[in-house]
Amino acid sequence: MVSLSWYLIFAAALFSIGLYGVLARKNAIAILMGIELMLNAVNINLVAFWRYGDLANIAGQAFAVIVFAVAAAEVAVGLALVISLYRRRNTVAADEINLMKW
Amino acid sequence: MGSITSTMILAILPEILLLVLAGLVLLLDAIWSDAEDRRRGLGWLTAGGSLLVLLLSLMFASPGGSNELIWGGMLRHDWIGFVFKMVFIFGAAITALFAMDVEGLGKRGEFYLLLLISTIGMNLMATSADLIMLYLAIETTSIPMYILAGFFKQDDKSTEAGFKYLLFGAMTSAIMLYGFSLLYGFTGVTGLYDLALAIQTGALNSGVLILSLLLVLVGFSFKISAVPFHFWVPDVYEGAPTPVAGFLSTASKAAGFAVLVRVLMGTFPALSGQWSLLIAVIATITMTLGNAIALAQKNIKRLLAYSSIAHAGYILVGVVTFSELGVTSVVFYLIAYLLTNLAAFGVVVAAWRTLGSDEMEAYDGLSRRSPALALAMLVALLSLAGMPPFGGFIAKVLVFAAAVDAGYVWLAFVGVLNSIVGLYYYLIVLKRVYLYRSEQEDVPVPVTRPYRLALVVLSVGIVLLGAFFAPWFTWTSGAAGGLF
Repeated sequence: MVSLSWYLIFAAALFSIGLYGVLARKNAIAILMGIELMLNAVNINLVAFWRYGDLANIAGQAFAVIVFAVAAAEVAVGLALVISLYRRRNTVAADEINLMKW
Repeated sequence: MGSITSTMILAILPEILLLVLAGLVLLLDAIWSDAEDRRRGLGWLTAGGSLLVLLLSLMFASPGGSNELIWGGMLRHDWIGFVFKMVFIFGAAITALFAMDVEGLGKRGEFYLLLLISTIGMNLMATSADLIMLYLAIETTSIPMYILAGFFKQDDKSTEAGFKYLLFGAMTSAIMLYGFSLLYGFTGVTGLYDLALAIQTGALNSGVLILSLLLVLVGFSFKISAVPFHFWVPDVYEGAPTPVAGFLSTASKAAGFAVLVRVLMGTFPALSGQWSLLIAVIATITMTLGNAIALAQKNIKRLLAYSSIAHAGYILVGVVTFSELGVTSVVFYLIAYLLTNLAAFGVVVAAWRTLGSDEMEAYDGLSRRSPALALAMLVALLSLAGMPPFGGFIAKVLVFAAAVDAGYVWLAFVGVLNSIVGLYYYLIVLKRVYLYRSEQEDVPVPVTRPYRLALVVLSVGIVLLGAFFAPWFTWTSGAAGGLF
């Protein structure tokens, strides 16, 4: 069986890629995708910890289910906001969304 | 699993009642879909209903002396959570009054619905005692807030505010969640108080522990708008509908502090040496940066945004101390700050209807156009600056007293210096309101009934907090006692 640490390393890598995407990408949709990657990294962590820990303690699984329900709600609102932004400005590039600064 | 008892139901009575109220708003919104004028009544319903919920909760749902974990350890029924709940519900009622006469907001049932749902989320944030519940509560608060910030679909700034708030919020909550997953993984428990036990027995190695503490703090710093996660604040406050900005800066921030205090003192007391220093540094930078940038602002909403960052810094001073007096001062400060900042934003909403601008020049000669509004502004800003006899003064005294008491004299010193800087920019606004003249002085600024009611309640509250602070102090110190 693959040891727990591999899952954790994988999740940490996925989380870092997601975070890099959020910070470096300019396209709003790509930023949202980065956030999804971060949340999925968390889910991998949770499920792996549950599988390698006490199987009767299902907190990890329950947590993961709640995380992806919340993630779905979050991305639904996020895409709606991106659409309303696109209708006004005809762009989804984050660096052009800069009406307000300082 | 035990059966459901009446204590458990009573503990979540405010949330149940708010949910019923939200359902009622939704129903009436559908029934009145053709009657534009009657739908303004939804504001009265939300405000009145919230106050009724507040009253019923005070009568039936107060926790007494108990501090028990209920609903399978998901919630903790204690005084500090209860006091915060009452504060949030009050804030929602006032925000509903402010929104009523705002075009594109006041007659929209979904606005009040989202406001109430967000309040339910805050209530759960203040009482949750489990990582899973905490995450769910934070998101229940945030997701409606993202929509509210971007509520004006036809307004460039509002859509931009909603979008920025969502990106920052989703990113920081994902980082916080990663911290939660590590905490769960290495201890196998999710209860905040079970985690404290696991940490004390050394179930986690210190590297993982510090890492997860830092990750969790990222999420909380975003909520309370502490440096370095404050970038969203000015943009979102400027762009969001003003009543929403007021709600964000007060109730949402208070909810963040409720969680911060509970997690730091409930889950990480073993690490208090480390986090005290970290929070002290964050507090210093937050108040200094907030005040320094506020000096340069020309837009009243951005000024209030930077001032709200500075206030987060003052409140953090109370958190640093890790003492009962410290928590008392935090709760007291948050109550005073909620009343004061809501009043300030209320004046901005009411004035905007006539002035049509949030720039500071527009406020020239306001005292001649509406003496009452100018007076409310005076009370709010002087209380924010920490002048006696207003609530903000007592709040600042308590926070700095707690800092000195715990040996952080330098921090109190920094705080006092910052308060003086703060006084300067608040007085600049008041100078415009009272001393400057404008060409439109003969055009009065009418104040409609909901604003009058809300501003009178808030102003009286601010003075009461400052002049008769003993009962409030007893109340808040009782709340703080419930935490330890």
